[in-house]
Amino acid sequence: MMRQTILQYINAFVIGGLICAAGQVLIDRTKLTAARILVLFVSLGVVLTGLGIYQGIAEVGGAGATIPLTGFGYSLAKGAFKDVDKYGLLGAFTGGIRATAAGVAAAVFFSYLAAVAFKPKAKS
Amino acid sequence: MLEKKVGKQTSRMQNPPSINAAASIVGPKEGKGPLADYFDQAVDDEFWGENSWEKAESKFMREVLAKVTAKASLAMDALDFVIAGDLLNQCIAASFGIRESNLPFFGIYGACSTIGEAMQLGAALIEGGFAFNVACLTSSHFCSAEKQFRFPLELGSQRPPTAQWTVTGSGGLILSLEGNGPYITRITTGKIVDMGIKDQNNMGAAMAPAAADTIYAHFEDTGLPPDYYDMVVTGDLGAVGKRILDDLLSSNGIRISRLLNDCGLMIYDMKQDVHSGGSGCGCAAVVFAGFLYDRLRKGKLNRILFVPTGALLSPTSVQQGESIPCIVHAVAIESSRGGNQ
Amino acid sequence: MQHVMTKDDYRKYVDKVSPDSKTLRNTLRAFFVGGLICVIGQFFMNSFRQMGFDQDVSSSLTSIVMIFLGVSLTAMNIYDDLGRFAGAGSIVPITGFANSVASPAIEYKSEGYVLGIGARMFLIAGPVLVYGISMSIIVGIIHYLIKH
Repeated sequence: MMRQTILQYINAFVIGGLICAAGQVLIDRTKLTAARILVLFVSLGVVLTGLGIYQGIAEVGGAGATIPLTGFGYSLAKGAFKDVDKYGLLGAFTGGIRATAAGVAAAVFFSYLAAVAFKPKAKS
Repeated sequence: MLEKKVGKQTSRMQNPPSINAAASIVGPKEGKGPLADYFDQAVDDEFWGENSWEKAESKFMREVLAKVTAKASLAMDALDFVIAGDLLNQCIAASFGIRESNLPFFGIYGACSTIGEAMQLGAALIEGGFAFNVACLTSSHFCSAEKQFRFPLELGSQRPPTAQWTVTGSGGLILSLEGNGPYITRITTGKIVDMGIKDQNNMGAAMAPAAADTIYAHFEDTGLPPDYYDMVVTGDLGAVGKRILDDLLSSNGIRISRLLNDCGLMIYDMKQDVHSGGSGCGCAAVVFAGFLYDRLRKGKLNRILFVPTGALLSPTSVQQGESIPCIVHAVAIESSRGGNQ
Repeated sequence: MQHVMTKDDYRKYVDKVSPDSKTLRNTLRAFFVGGLICVIGQFFMNSFRQMGFDQDVSSSLTSIVMIFLGVSLTAMNIYDDLGRFAGAGSIVPITGFANSVASPAIEYKSEGYVLGIGARMFLIAGPVLVYGISMSIIVGIIHYLIKH
């Protein structure tokens, strides 16, 4: 049990680290802006899940595959599949947002609170 | 025949206007840099008591106008014109900073070359008999510039090594018909030069060809030897741009490596994590108004060619994939009026 | 007569003299910080599972906690330092998504609560949602067509 948990953490570290490292190589080598990298990674996550590839990565990597933005794409696609199976074509429209609602709602709400309470600060 | 025009882009002052006072106020990072002692004031909070970066930048300009006018021992209404500009959309730092002054105002835009443009126009107004006293000022603010040209301040993004750091600060000068100098003796007005560089994070490389073009034109028009000046100091080419300028000038037979300097490299210590150096409308303005003016007054420098450099891009032009057009103006400043004409 | 390079020659020359990003160093940093953030995510994931929540609920709760951390570090002016050090290592994880939502919200407060915070919040993260959601709909439709 203990060994299994340690292995799980190592996998999360390695898979998550590799996905981020790939992003860094893209930033340095292609001069793509951070915003484009994020779009690319989410789209890649959706496509790889659609092709049935990301499920395997998530199986091994755990949080290492779900925490990076490719994992956001994975949740979107997985949610779409699940709702399509349940509700038919309508599910393609409801599934993605349903599966990622918690994260998006949390980002909106916490960011709003932060903006009300805090000021930006420069570094000197 | 125009008697003041020399060559294609240069004018020679027959009665060179005197720079009677200079004042500079900078932000906290600049206040910790190597030129700290030369600035009139360094504020330790970028907001400077205001509730937005833009309002703070206007305050920099308002305070510099008051300070420089006082240093020239002039009453505010002795100023015939104020010429000012900055980087913000519609130049709001200048117009909002000047709005209570109740003075005739020209708002101008030449990106980071604006202080050079202001000095040229001010000198021409005085030389042409339109004014006794003209105030020239520009400002930039790291936070308002980041917000407008790049990303929100708190976004965790990385800058490449060619990127530059926008100076927080404002510099102002009083040009007058009468005075003890230093004097503006020649001005060379730049052309827009675009060598097809599109990388917003490598502005030095975009601007260097424009700087080379203007400096070349200056020596071509005046016939002066390249080592006539004690220092040829560009605005904000940074380390990358300065190196390129040196190469471009050398390939045209102007070998002045040891005379070249750059305000963007002078204002910060390279340990301050500024990558290629400082930039912004305020960069050349505060380095001139703080450091260079002091050197000229004390006779440590007698003749300099001050060459503020500007990149005329906008966030929209960058997003539409345009390359970066640049403009560079040269102003010759000498401690004696006669000069070596 | 002034000698001027062609634009092509100039671009090649500039590429040669401009210093490159230190890709190896940056990539190692991205790997370690990114990996570490994922380990923290795994810790919360395991904790929620141990409390008895199922996979989906645990995963949603983990997202919420990680986003809370990302927003908090942004508000405390720490995430930008992290980003400067780690690059993609802190941009790519979900905490980076939170940072990209919170940072414009905080920055544009000076333009008001509606058109400032409200409108600008998705300045950077908006495209992620636009493309992510649109792609998921397309993938969902394809899934439907294959099944029927």
